[in-house]
Amino acid sequence: MLEISLHVLDIVNNSVKAGADLIGITICEDKQQNLLSIDITDNGCGMDEAFLRSVTDPFKTTRTTRKVGMGLSLFKSAAEATGGSLSIASEKGKGTSVHVRFVYDHIDRQPLGDMAQTITTVLSGNPSIDFLYRHTVDGKEFLLDTHEIRQILGDVELSQPEIIVWLVDYITEGLQEISQSA
Amino acid sequence: MKSLAELEAIKNRMKNQVGMRKDDDTNTTRIVVGMATCGIAAGARPVLNALVEEVGKRNLAHVTVAQTGCIGMCKFEPIIEVMAPGKEKVTYIKMTPEKAIKVISEHIVNGRVCNEFTIGAEQE
Repeated sequence: MLEISLHVLDIVNNSVKAGADLIGITICEDKQQNLLSIDITDNGCGMDEAFLRSVTDPFKTTRTTRKVGMGLSLFKSAAEATGGSLSIASEKGKGTSVHVRFVYDHIDRQPLGDMAQTITTVLSGNPSIDFLYRHTVDGKEFLLDTHEIRQILGDVELSQPEIIVWLVDYITEGLQEISQSA
Repeated sequence: MKSLAELEAIKNRMKNQVGMRKDDDTNTTRIVVGMATCGIAAGARPVLNALVEEVGKRNLAHVTVAQTGCIGMCKFEPIIEVMAPGKEKVTYIKMTPEKAIKVISEHIVNGRVCNEFTIGAEQE
């Protein structure tokens, strides 16, 4: 993966496959603490303890097309390459949360990349799931709540291309605004 | 600066359009993009977004763009499949946003399959 936002896209798809109907994506860029943290939280089916222990093993996967699953192990090694970490908490039947920390100024930290594209990709592919995307840069916050957006849209579907294209611009502008240094 | 009020205006405009996209419509052409780890790492996200943008720009009411998991041929990712009603499925491999836009204009709009991008072309 070239960008952290692509890891996020990949891991959010795990939450989708776990049958979640509410997924939280929280990105926190804190230059003072020299930390980039990413939390992906869902209310999907969760994992039992045995599976959780081995879940970042690339030879552990729920998929049936083949015996490898690279998503979490790739994300974990990207974080660890910067001196960061990846941890997972999960409870069977309740949901899962993935917590990733990158050392912000480490030379091996990938760029965060295009979060607007990642968010709109997961939105357009999953019309029946609500997403709460919270992104902070040094305390300034951008928030996107699909529950709120769906209320505005009424019976017009969020996954319509016209809406998605608008959302890409809306998120891009919102992130630019919070990234500008005061 | 964009605001959610703008979204309301877009909604009202779209509501007045006849024939909003419906997935179950038998006249609908489905474009499916493989979006598992392999696809994402190979560059599926910009391909998907180029497709969505182009379908929106050209206002193609009978075309939907959907995502799927691993199609099973990771070395050929990014892969897209075009399923037009009454026609055989066409599988395009090693896609880029530029190729994807060409698939929309040639295959979807003009009905000419882009043979040079298909999996058949690779295997010859």
